[in-house]
Amino acid sequence: MVQEREAWVTGLGIVSSIGEGHEAHWHALSGPPVVPAQVDSSSHAPYTVHPLGDVDIDRLIPSKADRKQMGTWQRLGVHAAGLALEDAGVAGNHQILDRMDLVVAAGNGERDEAFDAKVLNKLCILEPSAKAPELNAALISGLRPTLYLGELSNLLAGNIQIVHKVTGSSRTLKGEEIAGLSAVEDATRRVAAGQADIVLTGGALNAERDDLLLSYELAHSLWTQPFEPVWRRTRVGGGFVPGSAAAFLVVEAKEHALARGAKAYARISAIVSDRSQRASSGDVRKSLWQLREKIDNDLSNGPTGILSGASGAEPATSEEHTFLGEWIGSSQAAIAVRAYGTRMGHAVEAHAPVGIALACLSLVRNGFFEPFESDPLEKPNMAAPERILVTSVGHWRGEGLALIERIGIEARQP
Amino acid sequence: MSSPFLDRRGRPLVVVTGMGLVTSLGWGKTENWPRLVAGHSGITQISRFPTSGLRTTIAGTIAPPEGAAYSAYTHSLRIAEAAADEAVRQARIGSPRRFPGPLFIATPPSELEWPSLAQLYERAGPTAGTGYQRLLAAARTRGFDDLRAHVEFASIADAMQQRFGTTGEPLSICTACASGASTIQMALERLRRGEAEAALCVGTDATVHPEGLVRFSLLSALSTRNGPPEEASRPFAKSRDGFVVAEGAGAVVVETYQHAKSRGAEPLGVVLGAGEKADCYHRTRSKPDGSAIIGAMTKALADAGASADDIDHVNAHGTSTPENDKMEWVSLAQVLGPRAGTVPVTSNKSQIGHTLIAAGAVEAVISVMTMTEGVIPPTINHNDPDPEIGLDVVANSARTARVRTILSNSFGFGGQNVCLVLAADPR
Repeated sequence: MVQEREAWVTGLGIVSSIGEGHEAHWHALSGPPVVPAQVDSSSHAPYTVHPLGDVDIDRLIPSKADRKQMGTWQRLGVHAAGLALEDAGVAGNHQILDRMDLVVAAGNGERDEAFDAKVLNKLCILEPSAKAPELNAALISGLRPTLYLGELSNLLAGNIQIVHKVTGSSRTLKGEEIAGLSAVEDATRRVAAGQADIVLTGGALNAERDDLLLSYELAHSLWTQPFEPVWRRTRVGGGFVPGSAAAFLVVEAKEHALARGAKAYARISAIVSDRSQRASSGDVRKSLWQLREKIDNDLSNGPTGILSGASGAEPATSEEHTFLGEWIGSSQAAIAVRAYGTRMGHAVEAHAPVGIALACLSLVRNGFFEPFESDPLEKPNMAAPERILVTSVGHWRGEGLALIERIGIEARQP
Repeated sequence: MSSPFLDRRGRPLVVVTGMGLVTSLGWGKTENWPRLVAGHSGITQISRFPTSGLRTTIAGTIAPPEGAAYSAYTHSLRIAEAAADEAVRQARIGSPRRFPGPLFIATPPSELEWPSLAQLYERAGPTAGTGYQRLLAAARTRGFDDLRAHVEFASIADAMQQRFGTTGEPLSICTACASGASTIQMALERLRRGEAEAALCVGTDATVHPEGLVRFSLLSALSTRNGPPEEASRPFAKSRDGFVVAEGAGAVVVETYQHAKSRGAEPLGVVLGAGEKADCYHRTRSKPDGSAIIGAMTKALADAGASADDIDHVNAHGTSTPENDKMEWVSLAQVLGPRAGTVPVTSNKSQIGHTLIAAGAVEAVISVMTMTEGVIPPTINHNDPDPEIGLDVVANSARTARVRTILSNSFGFGGQNVCLVLAADPR
């Protein structure tokens, strides 16, 4: 049978409303919460979003021609991917990049909102018989030829290939939050089974877009009231606040990392996912318990941190809260939860990669984040965790857990 | 230790035990196969919407059943269900709504089409503001909740999971026009890891709508040879001028050979190996030296434990664009060496057009049938071979051949290159 190899995280790239990089994120999240929250409640009212922080997203995309071909979500992702490659010490190392595999989680890209508005305005005053010819004419003369390439799900990956020369293989998974976890899961399992040695994986979201908000409003998944932290939203109907963010991880076989003298943050010890039908109340909670049972690692030795990817959407968030409460109640070990969406917004496809990146940061910095809100699960004064469990419960589908464990302090100097 | 159930590298052998197919030539293998062998074309003038003003007015469409409406979501799901149902029935695997393994599915972009956008816009009215403000106001009325399935990225995967009862999280995959092949590659990897004994792989695409057509038209990718439509798709011909957009779905049940044998199922074919290599040259073009395509072919052969000499037929990507067909020839010439001019090559796209996201799955089904039936479907419209392409194209009429090992190519925008090595017998 296949001998399982350890999958190490050897590079992290992260950008969000907090800004760019490890120091900014560690500093912002390990300190007391910022009041009021850094959100934009007016540009897309009644929706609130976490706008991208102070980030030069073109720094690692030197070619103007490349930038022109990309939507903002792609530039965000390409930037975070570049940060991860730099961090892993493989940027520009074509010998490694040429066999590095790429797994991206993505939705659709960005539509040309002004063009759509113009066409809709024209169409709505026309007689039915005149609409189709007008639409054809408008599409031919008004659609930018390259726009489709900005919209195509797999073109975030395509642009990472072009800009950073990651060319082992490339695949893109679709499906909101759980696609992000599945991308890391695919990378981890291939590394563990010897089907890959080094994989770049992650996702990106540009939250500051009305076309994206429209997609989520059709399912009424968004938070439309004055800003509240994630757990508190469950008391009044729930909803998620999208956050612009991108996170990429370099997942690498332990042997491969040691052979090239790479420093590692942590190991991905277990990563599991499922999709319950959510047909009846309690399905999400049950699914999370089943996933928890699948993780047979010893969680009793030392403190465990939980970075919850809860979105705030209901009923998924309440059910996750119940699951976490039951688990903590039944355990002797010290466990504390932080719902990181409160501080960074919900990054949908990128949300699980963001959570795993934060878990790696926390383990290597030898500390945990301060509570993000006042909630029984978010216990203060948590000792440095031995491991962090990242939860990924999709706002409408998909459940997943990733266990990130400390490798040993000698493995990496922060 | 040698076991009939393991490949040369000691990994579980993965076989195909069920297949389903929907194309512009028909619903199901029995409607498709005779028409493929007879050299029919599924390409027609588009009647789904007015094509006035469009440079390309032809496509390989699949008509929705009588009275059923078209949207990319509903139609892509409909043909995916039909193909998967056919595959699962042929495999006689599991029980109704209980497929004993995961789903890997390639689906087209999840988006609102213009009729939906217009409907939202008109419902809200001018008091709701302009542009997307107005669309959002309409969405908030809760009068359009059925449209959520059009924009949720895994809604087709989810509906398929419920219909067939596949296990775990269904994966929705996008590697552009290589997606269908990627579903089979990812299933192969998972079965080799021992995480599952069977998997359902589906590729589906039904996106012949105005914007779908215009996008490719603006990228100068489409044939504008509108009449007669059946002559527009001309892979490897000198006069080729672009691909023809088409709809289709292909489904494949794969399982470990051991699992198939233990339940008494006879393999239809073997997924011997898969290879993938990403390109970094351009968003829509491949490296001029073909190295990424060559890399995908070479990796697929290595993964299969096969040599180029083992390949006795190539099911080409063969889109009929000037660029693709030339690059595919350059790459095959490199990989097959002196045999590049004697290994029969065909492109199903000459008959059924380019089924985009579905193509890799559709063509995998046709490839396995090529082996089981002993007939290679023709590349039609091959009246003026491109003198710069030295392939042995199965021109215009089907060729009887004993085919044991096939290389099936799929390439896509975004530098996606996936090749499968499919074989007739477990080895």
